[in-house]
Amino acid sequence: MSARDLHGPGAPWGPAEPGSKTNVDFKVVGRAHAKVDGLAKATGAAVYADDIVLSGMLHAKTLRSPHAHARIRRIDASKARALKGVHAVITGDSMPIKYGVIPWTPDENALAVDKVRFIGDPVAAVAAIDEDTANAALKLIDVEYELLHAFLDPRESLVRAEPAIHEGRKEGNVSKSVQLEFGAVDAALSSADVVVEDDYVFHGSTHAPIEPHCAVATYSPEGVLTLWSATQITHYVHRALARVLELPAHRIRVIQPCLGGAFGGKSDPFSLEFCVAKLALLTGRAVKMLWTREEVFYAHRGRHPMQMHYRSGATKDGQLVAVDAKILIDGGSYSSFGLVTTYYSGQLLTGPYHFPTYRFDSTRVFTNKPPCGPKRGHGSVQPRFAFEVQLDQLAEKLALDPIEIRRRNFQGDFTRTVNGQRVTSNGFLQCLDEVERASRWKERRGKLGPARGLGVAGSMYISGTNYPVYPNDMPQSGVQLKVDRSGLVTVFTGGNDIGQGSNSMCAYIVAEELGIPIERIRVVAADTDLCPVDLGAYSSRVTFMVGNATIDACRKLREKLVAAVAQTWQCAPARVRLIEGLVVDLDDTSRSLTSVEAFHLAETKFDTLGATGSYNTPKLGGDYRGGTIGASPAYSFTAHVVDASVDTETGRISVHDVWIAHDCGRALNPMIVAGQMEGSAYMGIAEALYEDHDINRFGLHRGPSLLDYRLPTSLDTPEFRALIVESIDPEGPYGAKEAGEGPLHPSLPALSNAIYDAVGIRLKHLPFTPAKVLAALREKRASPALATQGGTR
Amino acid sequence: MLRLPKFELCTPTTLAHAVALLAESPDALIVAGGTDLVPNMKHELFTPSRVVSLAQVSELRGIRRGADGSLAIGAMTSLAEVAASALVRAQAPALAQACSLVAGPQLRTMGTLGGNVLLDTRCQWYNQTYFWRQALGFCMKKDGEVCHVVKGGKNCVAAASNDSAPALMTLGATLEFASLRGRRAIAIDDFWVADGICNKRVERDEVLVSVHVPKAPEGHRGAYGKLRDRGSIDFPLLGVAVRLDLDAQGAVEHADVVVTALAAQPKRIAKLDAVLHGQRPGSSDFEVAVAEAAALAHRQCKPLPNIPGDAEYRRDMVPVYVKRTLLAAARGEGPVHHV
Repeated sequence: MSARDLHGPGAPWGPAEPGSKTNVDFKVVGRAHAKVDGLAKATGAAVYADDIVLSGMLHAKTLRSPHAHARIRRIDASKARALKGVHAVITGDSMPIKYGVIPWTPDENALAVDKVRFIGDPVAAVAAIDEDTANAALKLIDVEYELLHAFLDPRESLVRAEPAIHEGRKEGNVSKSVQLEFGAVDAALSSADVVVEDDYVFHGSTHAPIEPHCAVATYSPEGVLTLWSATQITHYVHRALARVLELPAHRIRVIQPCLGGAFGGKSDPFSLEFCVAKLALLTGRAVKMLWTREEVFYAHRGRHPMQMHYRSGATKDGQLVAVDAKILIDGGSYSSFGLVTTYYSGQLLTGPYHFPTYRFDSTRVFTNKPPCGPKRGHGSVQPRFAFEVQLDQLAEKLALDPIEIRRRNFQGDFTRTVNGQRVTSNGFLQCLDEVERASRWKERRGKLGPARGLGVAGSMYISGTNYPVYPNDMPQSGVQLKVDRSGLVTVFTGGNDIGQGSNSMCAYIVAEELGIPIERIRVVAADTDLCPVDLGAYSSRVTFMVGNATIDACRKLREKLVAAVAQTWQCAPARVRLIEGLVVDLDDTSRSLTSVEAFHLAETKFDTLGATGSYNTPKLGGDYRGGTIGASPAYSFTAHVVDASVDTETGRISVHDVWIAHDCGRALNPMIVAGQMEGSAYMGIAEALYEDHDINRFGLHRGPSLLDYRLPTSLDTPEFRALIVESIDPEGPYGAKEAGEGPLHPSLPALSNAIYDAVGIRLKHLPFTPAKVLAALREKRASPALATQGGTR
Repeated sequence: MLRLPKFELCTPTTLAHAVALLAESPDALIVAGGTDLVPNMKHELFTPSRVVSLAQVSELRGIRRGADGSLAIGAMTSLAEVAASALVRAQAPALAQACSLVAGPQLRTMGTLGGNVLLDTRCQWYNQTYFWRQALGFCMKKDGEVCHVVKGGKNCVAAASNDSAPALMTLGATLEFASLRGRRAIAIDDFWVADGICNKRVERDEVLVSVHVPKAPEGHRGAYGKLRDRGSIDFPLLGVAVRLDLDAQGAVEHADVVVTALAAQPKRIAKLDAVLHGQRPGSSDFEVAVAEAAALAHRQCKPLPNIPGDAEYRRDMVPVYVKRTLLAAARGEGPVHHV
């Protein structure tokens, strides 16, 4: 059911009251608690996919294409098969059915069929007694390729259809193109007092989770295939396995073990999951495949490079009148989530500011590079960067304070965006207030000394989407509770805990609702045999949807407990309160039971105790093709202020402080929320200054290792200051919205804006390497027209 | 995880045994801390059938001051130990500073001074996995014929990437090797050759025993500057070692600057002593001379796009880092590093 049905027109935690943080007396929610798996992770006891060792288990390795674009003429694996210790070798013809996470664009094969599309595309897989034997066998597989022209520049893919990277498509090498216009943009622009038009470039970046992808499969004598995989979407892997392996889904069980980071990079079904499953079927042995770091870089699905052209107009008092965007998206070699990315690149920009008119024209093309996909802030980090820099350019033209122009254009709460999305709670103004106050913007801006400045940016992001990837009207999220006579409550959820703490979140909610200590709750998650379906950890949907489903289940169970106790006490149910391991009579506090006693009473009265709960989104979205993509039951809002300086001799940027104010609705556990905010901002600053998923002139990843892909170390990490803003959303669980992706967005533009404030150069092409900064500084010195801009205070 | 190729590991406890084990096997290699060799073996850049570990040869460890005031640093002394040594910091500040900036803390604890001196040259087309290099079509440094840095190039231009090397050059260090043929010493200035495939005059069966740093004069100042992307872990994009010997009046008696990570061997900036000689740190004339020295270095250095990073930018940073490192040395400070 939807949250509105669930909680009624007045949610039990009430609407947001300005100035009041809580209007319900929570015992668990809103406080800092350890994560339920924190100790296991800290001590090394947690079991990750690669920790799984089964008897007789084989090790599998993947042969990959050394060519960016080629036709496979012939594969001869006979020598590899003959090698002692090799149990099976498979190639594309063993799994010819295509798949793709978006059902409309199935264009991937577990192993290449007929052709390869990037350096690293999987071609064959070997299962052998150990890794070294499997690696040796790979070298014995003889593949004859016919080389094809490789597309490395997205602009070429836009105009050249042959040779097609994916054959038989009428759009040639264009993956997806979306044009949407809301209102009369051209007329609005021509009436604007000021117009800014500029180009912005986002390079590629990747997730780099510490745990590489790993999968283990085993096939039971009864014909049940069990797959453990480091995935963040168990349900889609389950569906894809059934499709590709042509097995009934009820004979497949998918389990996500403890996961070492994902950030969107483990959202697609991946080659290794199909390969270990197929190899287990063929050999009758358990099979494991662990990718190397290099293979993780090839699997990629990271942030799309985008070339963005924006034109924005405003009135002389700073009111936006129109925003016009044209975006070229480099998708790499496969569709992945690309259909959604293309929509998101336009659809998610329409807040927190009111756009009277808006148009976007986004085109995603295929190139012969590792495939891009969803990375934290999917599809919207790039346009947000461009637009928030452009907003500062407008502010400068109008001589407006950058925070002030953002305030003036605030869209308000409980409103509708220009593209028809429903916005509920919206704490953006408070976010701006918070970063302005905490950074001492008014006192410090312009007085920080030479080459140091402050920059601001804002953003909004979805808390889940009502677009369920494959069309269906079933709940997006289901939860089941089971009560043991010991007083233990087990929560079964399909939700994927990828380190963001969703299992902990479930435990906190059960503890709150049933009034029992957190340690009396166990969470069993992401096991398709045991857990009801949840659509997985993507689009920042888990807290919102699994949280609501958990509340739903808890309230059903609580009703039974209360009824049983009320009957025993011969009192009205309203007098029965579950709190801190006890059940008390509110009117006669001398009367109480332990929760365990209450469970026993309820089991006696009602039969075996348990409950299910679910969540589905209300009907949302604009009434046009694609109008539901980007439609979310609630949106989070963020503002950052960045304090940064430039060494004008070396061009090196130092980020001193990042103030992150984020409206997460309600912080169910403020410690975890602050961690997500800091981690998001870390990732944003990392992409702005260091990380570059760069493909060189040969189509090779420039440096697929954690040495050459420069993740910032602790020494390179600025101070992050998390400022939690709680707008108490009427439909979120206790008013909560997302906190894991939104707080990334403003880091990059706020940094660019801070650099302009510091030294008067507009950084519009990411990443901001010292070489680029130095070049811009030289250009500014050489040009008298530029010399007076910014950084002059 | 990438797998290590199979090999026989020998763990001698004496230098004599280590030397014998090396001589026995025609492709044996030495492993000290393993921070260079192990990743290179995983990349199949080296596939020795025998690896001789010096980890248990205790005679190769330690820092000793000789009667003449010179320092003898055992090749197996860890970089962390060299960096922290009061003796080294006092007598050879540029070396202590250079060692303090090699890689990151864990790697400095494992990595040794000898290993850093003998570090393999590095190149973005070379320090990659076998699969990657195969997709590229290999290069002349390993398994291939061509150079991807210089089109049509005949010589390998992989970059000397050891932070310790330029510092040791400014200090006039000597390297002592042992083999079955006996011992030999070589001045570090004579040790390098302009060949990225192997940029040092060392035979495969020779063990670096120790590094000798002669006693520095009373007014010796030294510093090291390192350009890299991150505050830790990364190899240098540019390294600058500086020596300034001041006379009793506080004027420069001798100046030396050696830069590294630009080409196959570290490079001494020529004619620099003449520019700085007689200048008194702190004076405005000294600052003018430093600027002149920086410009001189800029003219003499033309890095190629061998290692990751913008080669033009690395060149731009030569005068900046030469200037900053000279000024730091003059003040008795350093290292010059962005964090």
